[in-house]
This record gives sequence, C-alpha cells and structure tokens, in this order.
Amino acid sequence: MTAPKIRLQGVRKKFGAKVVLDGVDLDVMAGESVVIIGGSGSGKSVTLKCILGLMTPDAGEIAIDGEPVIGVGGRERERINAKIGMLFQSAALFDSLTVWENAAFGLIAGKGMSRREARPVAMEMLARVGLDAKFAMMSPADLSGGMRKRVGLARAIAIEPEILFFDEPTTGIDPIMGDIINELIVKCTEETGATALTITHDMASARKISDRIAMLYKGKIVWAGPTGEIDRADNGIVQQFINGRAEGPIEIDVRRL
Amino acid sequence: MTAVQTIGRVFLAFLELVGQVTMFTLVAVSHCLRPPFYFRLIGRQMMEIGYYSLPVIALTTLFAGMVLALQSYTGFQRNSVGAESAIAEIVVLSITRELGPVLAGLMVAARVGSSIAAEIGTMRVTEQIDALVTLSTNPFKFLVAPRVIAGVATLPLLIVIGDIIGVFGGYIVSIYRLGFNPTLYLKTSWDKLFAEDVITGLVKAAVFGFIITLMGCYQGYNSRGGAQGVGAATINSVVSSSILILILNYLISAMFFGT
Repeated sequence: MTAPKIRLQGVRKKFGAKVVLDGVDLDVMAGESVVIIGGSGSGKSVTLKCILGLMTPDAGEIAIDGEPVIGVGGRERERINAKIGMLFQSAALFDSLTVWENAAFGLIAGKGMSRREARPVAMEMLARVGLDAKFAMMSPADLSGGMRKRVGLARAIAIEPEILFFDEPTTGIDPIMGDIINELIVKCTEETGATALTITHDMASARKISDRIAMLYKGKIVWAGPTGEIDRADNGIVQQFINGRAEGPIEIDVRRL
Repeated sequence: MTAVQTIGRVFLAFLELVGQVTMFTLVAVSHCLRPPFYFRLIGRQMMEIGYYSLPVIALTTLFAGMVLALQSYTGFQRNSVGAESAIAEIVVLSITRELGPVLAGLMVAARVGSSIAAEIGTMRVTEQIDALVTLSTNPFKFLVAPRVIAGVATLPLLIVIGDIIGVFGGYIVSIYRLGFNPTLYLKTSWDKLFAEDVITGLVKAAVFGFIITLMGCYQGYNSRGGAQGVGAATINSVVSSSILILILNYLISAMFFGT
C-alpha cells in the first residue's frame, strides 16, 4: 500500500485559550477528492493553512507524499508548495497584475519561466476555465465574483499541481455560477489527475465534487466516509448539518432567538 | 503589586515588538542581499518611490530654502551682522546637512510609507500574501525586498535634487527679495560646502529610505482584521517611520558633527 498523498495525524492548534483543532486525523489518497464539511469556525480553514505551512500546528504530524512538512521553511517549503495549487475563497487575485499575468504567476515567479513562454500557457488555462482572450488584459477588479474564481482556478492549475485545495469554492457567488464552478472543479481535477481537498459548508457542492466527505466538528473529524453513504451516516452531528436543521446536537456559540 | 505587573506587562510587550521588528528586518535584509532579484519589480518601485516623489520633494525643499533665507536675514538685521555671506552659508549647510534629508524623509514617509503599508496590508487581508506562498513565491523576496532596495537606492538621489532646489530657493529670496549679489551668493555657497556635509545628507537619505520602506512593509505585512486593520497599519507606518527619522537624524548628526 502506498503512502497517502496527504496525511494528518493528531493535528492540534489553539489560538490563546481557544482550541481550534483538537487532534485532526485524515488521510487523503492519491487521485481522490475529499471534502471537509463543517460549520463556520470549525477549523476548516486552519486545517488547510496548516498543510500549506501558512500556520504551524502546536502538535501532530502532517505529511505530503510521506514526507513530514511541519516546520519546513525556505526553499524546501517552496518545493513542497510547488506540488499544491490553491483556489482561495475570494480568489485572492493579485490586483496589480492583469488577468493573464495572474494566471501565469506560478509559472513566471514560481518556476522562473519567461513571460513570452508563460503567456500561451496562461491563455490555454484561461480557455480551460471558460474565459476567452478578451479577458486576458483586464484587471481582476473589473471581473465579477464568478469570473475571479475562474481566474483563480486557472492560476492554480497552471502549475500542473499534484494536489488542489479549494477553500469554499461556491461561497459568495450565485447558485448557478456555483454549479458551474463545481463542474469546472470536477473537470479540472479529472483532467489533471490531481488529488483534491476542499473545505466547504455548501452540501450541494460537497456532494458534487467529492469521492469522500469528512465532517469537522469542534476541532475533530467526527465522521468520514464515501459521499454516497453520508445520508445513511449514523451520526447526529452529520445528520443535523447535512439537513441544515437548527435543532440538534451541534452547539452553536450564539444565543438562540 | 498591580503597578509592577502593569509595568512588567508593558515592558514585555515592548520587548516582543522590538524582537518582531528585528526579526522582520533581518529576514528582509537577507532577502535584499540574496538572489534571485526581481529587477522588473525593483524598477517599478524606484519609479514609484523616487520619480513620483520628485514634485513633492521639490516643493518642500524649495520653500524650506526660501523661508530659511528670509528668516535668517531678519535675524541678522536685528543683530546688525553682515548678512550677505552668512545667509548663503546658513542656507547651504542647513539644507544639505539637516533640512533636505529630514523634510524629504518625512514627505516620503507620508507619501510612500503609507502607500506601501496600505498596499501590502490589503494584500494580507485579501489573502494575496497567502496566495504568493502557495505559488512558491516568497513574499519577502517578492514584496519587501524590491521596495527596500528601491528605497535605499532612490532616496539619496532624491535628496541630491532636493538639496539643489533648496539652495536655489534661498538664492531666489536672497537675490530678488533681499537684493544680494548673485555671483557672490553662489560662490559663498560653493566655498562653504564641504564633501562631508553632502555625504552625511546622503547617508541619512539611505538610512531614511530603509526605515520608511521597512516600516511600511512591516506594518502592512502584519496587518490584521480587514479595512480597519489596514488603516491602522497605514497610520502606524507613517508615525513610526517619522519618529525614527527624527531620532536617527539626531544620532547621525551627533556621530558626524558631534565633537
């Protein structure tokens, strides 16, 4: 059996007295698409940031391709992150650059490709996410939310990553555009053969793009299993979440009306 | 006991801040010295910091030189000392040694430091800095180093131009308002100016350029919490670099002219 593409073991992280991750265990196998679902503030984003090295966990192990990555910095970190492409929640496009320069960023700044070489690749990536050449010279500020996500996706897949992270891919856009983005995600991960890890609280999106779903609650994975089995999950927390009920075992930090 | 605790807490917070700034500075400097260098970005920052600051610097030093000539003349009249050669000397020395670097430094801190802090701060809160990391690009290399290099390189150039314009400001007032002899004025300015006057000014300029860009980057890089955080970062960058400019200006002056 090969090592999982991404392995998290007992990952803990707290901010001050607030425990955000309380021993997260999760294996993502190569070529698999895993979605982590969970409410706001359940530690989904922190999990991704810990894997990317944007935050350092207090305890636990994180390995990519069997290689421990916690505390790794500098050139080594750049080499590891070169395997990973990420689509940010608000796309996080560089607003000082044009659309095509954004799409080409990982190639030019990360891999040292010349602008002349990178441009056709960027244009091809933009075409793959459904943006034609007329958008290439525009500024990201002139695009709608859905368009920005497409550019963000083009930027993430341009470096031909082995792993793709999607941070709330459908948040902040309308349901139709959300579904188009979902389909793009499925298409891009299939075409590139990349391993995908998504965090979301949008169940429609989770069902569409995942092979496997893991539910994060109070800093722990409380349920994980194939997408088809989630409706039969014998877990009150999962059932409350996927059915979107206000009443149930999930403790919410706000006072009920 | 509580008073001691409070003092202790404030002191520890201060030490933590000093530690953070020092670490940030060391990392920033190490990235300024090691390849790869993004020459395209350095060039763009030199335009932004140097070229676009010229009008502001020119106006500031021009009027500083003018008012200096005017006020010293008033002073000399009251004390009935021979004003003509003294004013040229006062203007040229004050401008090159102190007023040129300090006024230009403060103006650049307001213009450039704030814009760096706001830009990098916005990049921080919109996850653009995280995006850089995921694209295998070091934010220090890509954002901080080009700005710091451009600041250290362009501020001395700006100050040289500012010095010339400042002396010219004194010249205008002395010749057209106070009726001095133009040849004598220029000759005195030139004779009384030594290399070390200009060199201290340039050393100051390079130091100020470093401080302004570094503080802008530091505050922006560490900004938290949306629009308000970016606003706070902008204020802090201008206030901290302005205060550091004034303190370091005194220290450098004391070092060169102290004895």
